[in-house]
Amino acid sequence: MANDREVLREIWDGKIPVCFTLDSEEICELQGPDPFYLMVSRLSYFPLCTDKVRKHFIRHIQSDSKQEHEMWLEFNGIPLKWHYPIGVLLDIYSNDVELPWNIVVHFDRFPENILMHCQNKEVVEAYFLSCIKEADVLKHRGQIVSSMQKKDHNQLWSGLLNDKFDQFWSVNRKLMEASNIEEGFKYIPFRCYTSEDKYVQKLVKPINEEGQRKTLRHLLNEVFPDNENITVFTHGIILPLETPLQWMSEHLSYPDNFLHLILT
Amino acid sequence: MSEKEGNDVIVTEKSEDMGENLTNEDAPASLETIPSETPARNGVQVASKDKVKIDILLKATGNAPIMKQKKWAVSQDYCIGRISDFIRRYLKLDSNEKLFLYVNQTFAPAPDQIVKNLYDCYGADGKLILHYCKSQAWG
Repeated sequence: MANDREVLREIWDGKIPVCFTLDSEEICELQGPDPFYLMVSRLSYFPLCTDKVRKHFIRHIQSDSKQEHEMWLEFNGIPLKWHYPIGVLLDIYSNDVELPWNIVVHFDRFPENILMHCQNKEVVEAYFLSCIKEADVLKHRGQIVSSMQKKDHNQLWSGLLNDKFDQFWSVNRKLMEASNIEEGFKYIPFRCYTSEDKYVQKLVKPINEEGQRKTLRHLLNEVFPDNENITVFTHGIILPLETPLQWMSEHLSYPDNFLHLILT
Repeated sequence: MSEKEGNDVIVTEKSEDMGENLTNEDAPASLETIPSETPARNGVQVASKDKVKIDILLKATGNAPIMKQKKWAVSQDYCIGRISDFIRRYLKLDSNEKLFLYVNQTFAPAPDQIVKNLYDCYGADGKLILHYCKSQAWG
C-alpha cells in the first residue's frame, strides 16, 4: 500500500493556471468576451472543471441552437483529448506551453476524427472507471475492482469529481495494495507517451526473476530497448531512473491507476 | 480486395459474398484477412513494420448479432474506434444503436487505443479477443 502520504497529497494538489479564450471566428459581437481564468487540477479531466467556461462563452457565439453545441478545446491548433488527465496533456505539450496555459474554446466544427464526444460527465465517469478496471487487471488480475461494491466505485469517482482526497484514497488504497508485499503488483499499469497521440503499453513486472525490485531504468530498457538517454517525466517532474517501479505505481499513478509517463 | 480473398486461409466459415458486401459499404480496406502463418507476435520475423498484422477475434455477447467471420487480421497501429466502426458497418447497425467493445470481458478500451498495446498486454494464443455487445455488459 502507498505509504508516503505526503507524496500522494502533493501529487493530488498539483494545479495548473489556464487562460481560456473563445475562438475569434466564433464570436458574434464586435467585441469578444473576456478571457476566463481557472486553476485546474492536474489529476482532473477538462469536462469536469469547465462548466463555468462553457457558461461564460456560450452566449457570445453565433448560433440559434446553443445548447446543442458541444464545447471542445484546442491548444496551438491541436484539439485536446478530454479523456487524458489534464496534467498528462500539459506534460505532453510542455515544450510549447507557457503559463498560464492558453487554451482556445470552440463550439463549432467538432473534430470528429480526433476527439471522442463527451456530452456529459457520465461519459467521463464510464471512461475513468474502465481505466481503473484495466489497471486492476494488470495489478491483481482484476480481482480487487470486481470484489468492490458499486458504492466504492461511486466513491472513487466522486472523490475525483469533488476534489476530496480522503474520500478517494479510502477506497483507492485497496487498489494500491499488493497482494504479496515481496512481489508487488503482478504488472505495473503504465502508458509511455512517445508523441502527442501515441502511447505504448506493455507488460512489465515490478520485480525481476531474482525477486529484486526493478526501477524506471529497467522499464525503459524493456519497452524501448534501442533508445538510450531517455528523459521521463510525469506530474511535471523529471523522474530519476533509479525510482523503484512499485513505489512509482503506488504513489505517482493518476487517479485512473495508471502511470502516465511522457518521454522526451 | 479480390486478391486478398485468394490468399485467405484463416476463414473457415466465410460466406461467398461477404467481401462484396464490405466493399459496397465504403469499407474497411485495411481490415483484411491474411494467411494465418504470417507471424504477428510483436512482428519479430517481419521485416517491414507496415506489414505486421495482429489477429483479432470478435465475439458477440448479450443481444449482439454474431459475425459470420470472427477472425480478422489488422495492422498493429489500428485503433479500437476503427474496429468499432467496422463492426457497426458489418452488422449494419443504425447510427442510433450503440456498440460496446470489451477486453478480457472486463473493461472498455478507449477508441484511440491501438491494437498492438492491447495485444501486448492482453493477447493470448497469438490473438486478441474482443467482445462486442449492444448494451453495456461489463460496465
